Amino acid sequence: MSEKRKFPNVAELMRPSGYGVQVTLITIAAIAVAVVASMVLVSATGGSPGDALDALYTGSIADTAAWSETLKAATPLLLVALGACISNRAGVFNIGQEGQVLLGAAVAAYVALHLALPGTLVMILSLLAGAIAGGLWSGASAVMHYGRNVNIVVSTLLMSFLAIQVVSFAVTVPWLLQAPRASADSIASSESAQLPPSVRIPGFGEYPALEIGGGLVLSIILTIVLAVLLARSRWGFRLNMLGLNPMAARHAGVRAPFAGGMALALSGAFAGLAGAVILSGQVFRLQPALSNNFGWDGLLVALIARSRPLAAVPVALLFGAFRSGSSFLASTGVPNYLVDIVQALLVLAFVVPPVLAKVKSRGRAEATPPPAEPVPSTPTEPEKVTA
Amino acid sequence: MIGTDEITTIVASSLRLTAPLAFAACGEYLAERAGTQNISVEGMMLGGAFGSVAVASATGSATTGLLAGAIVGLVVGFVHGNLSHRIQINTFVVGLVLNAFVLGLTSFLIAISEFDSNQVAQLSIPGLRDIPIIGPLFEQRWPMYLLLLIIPLTWWLVERSRWGLNLRAIADNPQAADVTGLKVNKLRRQALLYAGLLSGLGGAYLATAEVGSFNMNMTAGRGFIVIAAVIFGAWRLKGTMIGCLVFGFADALRLALPALGFELNSQLLVAAPYLMALLAMMLFASKSREPRALGKPFVRGIT
Repeated sequence: MSEKRKFPNVAELMRPSGYGVQVTLITIAAIAVAVVASMVLVSATGGSPGDALDALYTGSIADTAAWSETLKAATPLLLVALGACISNRAGVFNIGQEGQVLLGAAVAAYVALHLALPGTLVMILSLLAGAIAGGLWSGASAVMHYGRNVNIVVSTLLMSFLAIQVVSFAVTVPWLLQAPRASADSIASSESAQLPPSVRIPGFGEYPALEIGGGLVLSIILTIVLAVLLARSRWGFRLNMLGLNPMAARHAGVRAPFAGGMALALSGAFAGLAGAVILSGQVFRLQPALSNNFGWDGLLVALIARSRPLAAVPVALLFGAFRSGSSFLASTGVPNYLVDIVQALLVLAFVVPPVLAKVKSRGRAEATPPPAEPVPSTPTEPEKVTA
Repeated sequence: MIGTDEITTIVASSLRLTAPLAFAACGEYLAERAGTQNISVEGMMLGGAFGSVAVASATGSATTGLLAGAIVGLVVGFVHGNLSHRIQINTFVVGLVLNAFVLGLTSFLIAISEFDSNQVAQLSIPGLRDIPIIGPLFEQRWPMYLLLLIIPLTWWLVERSRWGLNLRAIADNPQAADVTGLKVNKLRRQALLYAGLLSGLGGAYLATAEVGSFNMNMTAGRGFIVIAAVIFGAWRLKGTMIGCLVFGFADALRLALPALGFELNSQLLVAAPYLMALLAMMLFASKSREPRALGKPFVRGIT
């Protein structure tokens, strides 16, 4: 029962000829459709597509200050996406990042506010604590799956909502994380105290020059390490094998509960780290709204990047640009929710083409008699997108 | 202390909070019995809520709005069905994207539109409605009584109709069902249409029957609670409906307790449905009634 076919890596499967070209063409067409559809929506609702594009540009990459905002938003997105790459590759689909981000931030805040050690050490420990918290939270889903056969997707989703309530609770309790009242007669707010400057992640550059947070540097380093490990290491190979064909992986000696559970825990750890980075690199104060859809959007980044860490970097930058640009949209009368629509359409534009190309080539393979030379057979795996 | 008045109030608010869940849960229950698992219920409900308010405002008729909401849900179900059970994109990815899309689109549209408030009429039975505690049963917006029709219909469809037998077959062993000539993916798309219709109706009920207007992200995770209810009910209709009642009651308590002067942790009550669903999954997993091919895509040729 534990052998479940999930999320084979399409990119790794043998492909019919012309597949790559076809995917590229359909993807370009789909992106065009997504962009045109969004612009039509803007003009149909009385806005000006030109103004909207201009605002998005101004807010995201027009000057160094805008770039700083974009990089700031891209950092947690990239971290979450890296984690999602790991779990998607292993065929254990984690969709609870939103809660794992928040929980990671909360535990990081607790450590940062309660440990009396030198600042830098506290900072490192709080980042670690955030990652461990996220990892344990998603690891619990792995235990439920391999121990009690509970569906991973559903349990990570439900656990995510639990995490949000746990953190909402923690910031209303003074002995956990709630900030002390400013004065005796003021009302205590539902947030933590501010992190002292000594435990924050240092960065490079200062407004108006380009700001590069330490979190960004960390996430780029992790991207490279992860890309190398996934492509070159035994661990990466086992992970891919587990995702591609769990049955073959088991026969090859991959222990699914261990490898899959570890992948799930790692993906949660990356999400937790993202939360810790948001906290001690950008926000400095734990609020229940801190995760701000970074978990959901990071997962979308990984989907567009087809679970490749290096590809996640430009996608995270793009989504970061959407986030920073969207704050400038309001002045044009176009609601900033436009970027959510564009993002969703973009995911579709990247997720549909590989599958569509497969379906088309499958139809062709069935219609024409097989040539004498054996061609790569049409994969019989269920087509999945999380490659 | 709590008197009958307070209990009556809590019963009334439980019913109101349960109804949207119950509509959508009937749909999702049928879809899961066909082997599909759809986190897009959230998007269907949200789209239904928005569609109903928009159309009700345009036509001035809340009933038309209710219908329109159901149709919006149907459209989301249609898209989901074709993406995940025709070209075989992972159903959770499709759900994720659809939820994000519907949330973005409805938030975008509500930010630039103004709608009149429309609410369907209340059905109130004199005499019966004054009975303490169970009185609220007889004083509700009329679409709630549609549940009296839809719940038995859903049961009949799944347990007694030929279509339902086919759905259950493709949920437990799609390969065998395929060999006997059933069109697995087509049946799953049909099941998703039913789920979309009822989830849309659930969202529309929330918007045009209870609230009378649309707010950004007004379903606020109710779609996920619906999925939790189906799991909590161990994939049986009776259990699913009990799950909806329990979750609706927890929600009602969350709203009512502070007014009654109780200091109860509201986060715990919000978390209760998720916690209970997780526990239910862990406890019932070994002797599970979970459809065996639940959430797995069907492609001819794999075992």
